[in-house]
Amino acid sequence: MIRIAQLSCGSEYSGIQKEIDRAAETVGAKIIYPEVSLEDILNVENTFGVSVSSGDLNLAMARAVRIVQNPDLADAVIVMTCFRCAEAAIIRSEIRKFIHEHSKIPVLSYSFTERTTAETLLTRMEALVTTVKYRGLLAREKQTGLTAGIDSGSTTTKSVVMRDNEVIGTGWVPTNEVLKSAEDALQAAMKNANVAKDDIAAIGVTGYGRFLVGKHINARLIQEEITVNSKGAVFLADAQKGNATVIDIGGMDNKAISVQDGIPGGFTMGGICAGASGRFLELTAKRLGVDITELGKLALQGDYKNVAMNSYCIVFGTQSLVNSLALGCKPEDVAMAACHSVAEQVYEQQLQEVEVKEPVIMVGGTSLIEGLPKAMEELLHVKVTVPKYAQYIGAVGAALLVSGLLED
Amino acid sequence: MAKVIVYPPTSMILYDLVERMGHKALVVSEAVRNLVTASGIESPPLNVTPEEPKKGLRYAAVDVPSGVRGRMALIGPIIEEAEAAIIVEDPGWLTGCSGCSRTNELVRLLIRTKGIPVLDLSYPTNDDEAKVFVQKIRTFLEGLK
Repeated sequence: MIRIAQLSCGSEYSGIQKEIDRAAETVGAKIIYPEVSLEDILNVENTFGVSVSSGDLNLAMARAVRIVQNPDLADAVIVMTCFRCAEAAIIRSEIRKFIHEHSKIPVLSYSFTERTTAETLLTRMEALVTTVKYRGLLAREKQTGLTAGIDSGSTTTKSVVMRDNEVIGTGWVPTNEVLKSAEDALQAAMKNANVAKDDIAAIGVTGYGRFLVGKHINARLIQEEITVNSKGAVFLADAQKGNATVIDIGGMDNKAISVQDGIPGGFTMGGICAGASGRFLELTAKRLGVDITELGKLALQGDYKNVAMNSYCIVFGTQSLVNSLALGCKPEDVAMAACHSVAEQVYEQQLQEVEVKEPVIMVGGTSLIEGLPKAMEELLHVKVTVPKYAQYIGAVGAALLVSGLLED
Repeated sequence: MAKVIVYPPTSMILYDLVERMGHKALVVSEAVRNLVTASGIESPPLNVTPEEPKKGLRYAAVDVPSGVRGRMALIGPIIEEAEAAIIVEDPGWLTGCSGCSRTNELVRLLIRTKGIPVLDLSYPTNDDEAKVFVQKIRTFLEGLK
């Protein structure tokens, strides 16, 4: 049983403790609370570096100190505080950094509301458990044999076929009917690779539809997208050793993952606002009358500063873009403003929660919209790498990891 | 007998002093007891469900953290019930604590703006101060109807 230490403030009074416990149970883990003494809490300023006026936050910090001093107490840590609490936001981030710097224990931080459910937490919790449970598998650097991966995403379904560490076939279809889209994507990849299904030794599945698709095709590996995508990203970017940061802006959510030697150390997953997703760029392309594949090139010719964006919201942000066009702004400026808006939201809301260390790797279909990595480079002041096959990252990660299972 | 809310609202020491003087002490522990002994709810450890932060909207807006609103769902009703209050500043965590400083601030505010008699005290740091502390509470409580 994987032991996840919960360091939190407000979860029991928000009525979500049961949901946290349920999510942990679903992924084969249990929530634990490291014991501390009153003395530990009173001394938290000396041991942690600060004490605050909220008692429960001091308790969380004292527990973090206890875990760092006794790493055997927990296999993973989840730091959770109330959404919109400034004091808690500062301490949540500092606890995450403290554990990250002083131990090798994977940490997940999350801010919740009373609407947080076990389902919201499931992918995050599953990723946390995977990093502990399958550390050996995640350390795997090479794909061997003939395997396939399917990424059943919210907007598109991607598939790859890999042979001896090379991608030999790809397939990409819009996600309509989840099972049919997965079959179509796999068929396309197999056709592209010129292989038959019977030749494929094993299939790995990730993405939103992973459970349904994985069961249907009898997949050997069914895995959440955080660990799989980070594996695929560092593999394709040739950054398997040392630090890396993976940014995946998807059709419906986005992920920022801090990776160490190919294994996620900390991550955040957004999904509250469509304004920070590929959907916003799709709407912009539609409004500008260009294909989504052309939006990025158009954006590269523009300057976001020429467009007044009054909101990050997908509705009001689009309204700002429309108003700008009516005022005579150029389409290229509008395209870049949309890219900058998405990048800025991810920067403000996701990247503050992970350690951004180079190389920064952008993946997913949105990374091919050239204006987006450029906007991210401008915000982070570092070079952003978009590897070949960036849009197939999950499928590549799944094909790579499943080959490891064949050898075990 | 008056209904007297104490701050910190989890303080058992203050609860005891108020009850000894024949008044009804209002503390959050009673609200918690009502929740944990209620049948049909299984939301450990306090049986607080996502409904409580919604009930807390009576005391704080939706952009106030859910943990504050959830606590206020328990503390707010006892503030409404209170006819007098004893507020101890800088009480230290051993005296009682809601765990959340924003909740503490809101609780003090709501007590003070309610227009009920309030006794303000500093937490005693030695025996002599403790005697004065108890005496002030006694005098205050004796003055209540």
